Amino acid sequence: MLQLRDIDAGYGSFQALFGISLEVNAGEAVGVIGPNGAGKTTLMRVISGLIRPVRGSMQMEGADLIATPAHRIVELGIAHVPENRRLFPRMTVEDNLRMGAFIPAARPKFRARLEFVYALFPRLSERRSQLAGTLSGGEQQMCAIGRALMSEPRLLLLDEPSAGLAPVIVQQVFGLVERIRASGLTVLIVEQNVRQVLRVVDRAYLLEAGTLRASGDAGALMQSETIREAYLGV
Amino acid sequence: MADIFDIYLLEALINGVLLGGVLALLALGLNLVFGVIDVVWICYAELIMLGMYGMFFLFHQYHVPFLLSAMICIAGVGVLGMVLHVVVIAPLLGAAPINQFLATGGVLFFLQSAATVMFGIDFRNLGIRLPVLAVSEMFISYARLLAFGVALAGMVVLYLFLARTYTGTAIRAIAQDRQIMPLMGVDARRIYLVTSAIGGALAGLAATLLVLQYDVHPFIGLTFGPTTFMICVLGGLGNMVGVFIASFVFAEIISVSGLYLDLEWGYVFAFGFFIAMMFVRPQGLLARRT
Repeated sequence: MLQLRDIDAGYGSFQALFGISLEVNAGEAVGVIGPNGAGKTTLMRVISGLIRPVRGSMQMEGADLIATPAHRIVELGIAHVPENRRLFPRMTVEDNLRMGAFIPAARPKFRARLEFVYALFPRLSERRSQLAGTLSGGEQQMCAIGRALMSEPRLLLLDEPSAGLAPVIVQQVFGLVERIRASGLTVLIVEQNVRQVLRVVDRAYLLEAGTLRASGDAGALMQSETIREAYLGV
Repeated sequence: MADIFDIYLLEALINGVLLGGVLALLALGLNLVFGVIDVVWICYAELIMLGMYGMFFLFHQYHVPFLLSAMICIAGVGVLGMVLHVVVIAPLLGAAPINQFLATGGVLFFLQSAATVMFGIDFRNLGIRLPVLAVSEMFISYARLLAFGVALAGMVVLYLFLARTYTGTAIRAIAQDRQIMPLMGVDARRIYLVTSAIGGALAGLAATLLVLQYDVHPFIGLTFGPTTFMICVLGGLGNMVGVFIASFVFAEIISVSGLYLDLEWGYVFAFGFFIAMMFVRPQGLLARRT
């Protein structure tokens, strides 16, 4: 579904990603784990077009992502839930969701998608006319995921969904990820919370200092010595 | 004696409300552009001046019916707004605010000078005088009532557009988080262009109303420009509700002070109030809590 080949990217003269090649197949949940500053967020922003790579190739279901303007990438079926959720704080929950359905293909289905998102997150339905900035952290994450789902994506990019949330809420957020998978979406998730994320994904890549150091099945990575020592603290 | 005085005060208050409606229309256009594009159109009132000349030439010189003239002016100034954006603003979007300020300030003098060269410095008007409504001892001009009503209607249409449409929602959203707009599938350049067209069209609408009350000349922008900026700053740049309230506060200060002293004193007090407020509430009347 999604293929990256030898991607180099960065900010100005600072290079953050070195020769990244990865693949996400339809129906999978794939994780990218690694420490703070490894380039995980940069990777997500490269895929959704916010940062253009300086080298390499990227394809989504055969379409060339590098030749596609950033605002067109969502039309190819990729929705990105950005780091720190980035809701529009002074707009209502429903207006935030409406923004998620901005692309022409999603507008006629707005009502149906809204029902789908409210069924997935009944809490959002209760809060529909509340300003997004007044929601709790967990509710904001639901709203951010809901907004991304409004465009009816086939691939969902989740950037640090557990960041800044209380432990009990983190559990709920990973529960959401499982529900989203169950609805048939392909998920690429970036996390520092290695233990939690390896429980919900099929496969994962380990990203350190801008390069992919390891990859494999979630179960195998959970058992690997490097990961156990560096990230699981055992 | 006391009774008559109260009637004058009431008349001043009513005229203040009527003035406030038009000022709100002016300020909302400028504020919308600032909130979305983060650039202040220093030359905003000069767009109104061009719109007023448009009305003068279409209606007075070429005898185009008033409503058609008005529609042409609104659309024409809307296009001017887009041209201003594409030619002057867009290339400077990444530049320092002071450069943007100087550039749109430059456009102000450019338009004033160009108007002087093209139209001369004569004061011109449409040659129509709307009647004055006399209610007991008060005199309320129809031109002001009409301007108030149309300005209010224009603001309601703007509100519905911003609240109900996808493009309007994107205009509100972009003012809150610019960077993630591509993730929503929004092309920020297109939203900027639409916003500039709306900002221009609001200036055009204001021109069609103001030309009924004021003679047009190349420097008429100075009559509205400074007041509009003060209202925007007082209300909080980017804050629609704050600006709406500030318009009426300003208009009442001008109108009521003008009753007791002269109209010029009204402006002195209004600007004095503005300077004092800058010390008390520099973020604007309804400062955002975040």
